[in-house]
Amino acid sequence: MTGSPAGTAVHRFAAGDRVRVLDLPKTGHMRTPWYIREKVGTVTEWTGKVLNPEDLAYGRCGGPAVNGYRVVFDQRHIWPDYQGPEHDKLHIEVYEHWLEKA
Amino acid sequence: MPHDHPHAHDHDHDDRHPEGFDPHAPASDLGTDRSRWFEVASDVMRDMLIEQNVIAAREVRKQIELMESKTIQLGGKLIARAWVDPEFRKTLLKDGKAAAASLGIPVTEASLTVVEDTPAVRNVIVCTLCSCYPRSLLGQPPAWYRNKAYRSRVVREPRQVLAEFGSIVPDDVEVHVHDSNADLRFIVLPMRPAGTESLGEAELAALVTRDSLIGVAPPRAAAS
Repeated sequence: MTGSPAGTAVHRFAAGDRVRVLDLPKTGHMRTPWYIREKVGTVTEWTGKVLNPEDLAYGRCGGPAVNGYRVVFDQRHIWPDYQGPEHDKLHIEVYEHWLEKA
Repeated sequence: MPHDHPHAHDHDHDDRHPEGFDPHAPASDLGTDRSRWFEVASDVMRDMLIEQNVIAAREVRKQIELMESKTIQLGGKLIARAWVDPEFRKTLLKDGKAAAASLGIPVTEASLTVVEDTPAVRNVIVCTLCSCYPRSLLGQPPAWYRNKAYRSRVVREPRQVLAEFGSIVPDDVEVHVHDSNADLRFIVLPMRPAGTESLGEAELAALVTRDSLIGVAPPRAAAS
């Protein structure tokens, strides 16, 4: 797991947790693509805290820093008509406020 | 640009061709399409910063020159070292930025995550939202990487896209797509080509291609 600068950062999810991506009514410089919303995946890594680019993009400070996670999804879950084998995966980074426990 | 700003300018915002955009329409300095608006806004901002002595024109030029001077040779060095040095390989997979720094290669992106190809797993990188790419290490991304067709298709039909690049991935190998949508930047650590046991690090580095670091093709084969 990636260490935070302070080493004491609290994060809500950990590797192995099942999470659902929220479909938040946000517009603008979002980093959560539509294809992943409401999909359920597994956290593989907490990636640390970053200033939220959804705010930074508009000159706001982006603070407080938000937790990020790498989340892995089964391709067949994301795309019901996925043509490849069932072990194919998609990995994406999602900020904590876009996630809930599944 | 050389200013005090916490995020690396490593992606383009692909707003250049809105619906109805006609690439053959007569050019105008202040056209009404969105692409010209952003271009003009960017030029005006630059000119104001120069006028107010916040930045100098030569700094803008130097930064463009620096951005365009990066080539995938830096990535090749990292991969070749990982192929010959198991300890370095471990570090590279744990913290790509630290591993690069240990070879004197500065990575200015917030992080560099290295994903490892194995006989059972084939990795491929995309940025579906724009064109995020580890530019400080690899230079500017290829045009197709920024293209909407690649960005939208490789997440939903990666095997077909890889096949179009000439790689047929067998069904018993897992395809893992990595969307660099947010703060992480990625490169693939491809498998060392067969028959390269006798090659030195510099020769190995020459086998590493840009496309093999993105994951759409294997490295070059060893010369027979």
